Amino acid sequence: MTLTGKLWTGIGVLIALSPLGVILPDHFRAGSAWGEWGTDEIRKMTGYVPKGFQRFSELWKAPLPDYAFQGWEGKDLFHLGLAYIVSAVIGIAIIAGFAFLIGKGLAKENE
Amino acid sequence: MHIPDGYLSPATCGVFGAVMIPIWTFASRSVRKTLSVRQVPFLAVGAAFSFVIMMFNVPIPGGSTGHAVGGALVAILLGPWAACIAVTVALVIQALLFGDGGITSIGANCFNMAFVLPFVGYYVYKLISADSPAGSTKRIIAAGVAAYVGICVAALCAGIEFGLQPLLFHTANGQALYCPYGLNITVPAMVGEHILIFGWVEGLVTALVLQYLQKQDSPVFQGGRS
Repeated sequence: MTLTGKLWTGIGVLIALSPLGVILPDHFRAGSAWGEWGTDEIRKMTGYVPKGFQRFSELWKAPLPDYAFQGWEGKDLFHLGLAYIVSAVIGIAIIAGFAFLIGKGLAKENE
Repeated sequence: MHIPDGYLSPATCGVFGAVMIPIWTFASRSVRKTLSVRQVPFLAVGAAFSFVIMMFNVPIPGGSTGHAVGGALVAILLGPWAACIAVTVALVIQALLFGDGGITSIGANCFNMAFVLPFVGYYVYKLISADSPAGSTKRIIAAGVAAYVGICVAALCAGIEFGLQPLLFHTANGQALYCPYGLNITVPAMVGEHILIFGWVEGLVTALVLQYLQKQDSPVFQGGRS
């Protein structure tokens, strides 16, 4: 196998293992990453919601929020793990595609 | 370390957006000169790797979570400017598609994870590995240490960005408008968790992948050249 083939296989293994990224935090009762809390968490922690935060925090509605489908908050780990794998596949296809095109566009002038 | 929308003031976001534009411009100029055509597929793998490794949230039991970024690894293999582009692509798609990191804070997040992390990582690696032979254990250790230092410095930057907010932007009675915590809390929290846990994850992942790639003995990587 070529080296790129081996590396893509490695990426495939990481995609398959990616549900660990939701399962382990759940198992160890870990919450949000530091500084990535939602409105309710901020209110609980500080007793208020900063005005600017309130204004901008809901600015963008991502199509796959938190690597899950819309309305899947609170779903069980099996569903969230599945959504995680789907998100990884979609994300990697788009990101690798863009990086490849940018690289191709930039590198063509040398060699 | 993905700062969401609402934590940084529009002014802060504007500053980091403005800082990133010349960095991205220079990155594309530099990559145009240094990236070879056969390295292009590896730029794509590097961006994909950075994206997927960021999905592995490592829990602090009962506390927060964090993750590796892979920015130093890509910098060691393809150069820091190429890493800047690879991680930027991953961060922009994370923000747009998955809401991981804000839209307004894309500049700040790219500054921390796509600029500071790969560059600190790259130069720490150069400093430690020095003229040690290609394929040596010293290079693997250098890469691990470099990635550890890189992500900790990036976390420091994020901590400072968070912590400046209540100092600079508050209501007349002193209530914060954006991130509610000051430097005395944000810096120890961000730096502390990366020094203790997530930095080790980044260092270990980087060292392991580099060790694997050294065995492949491929000339496409900068790190593989003696």
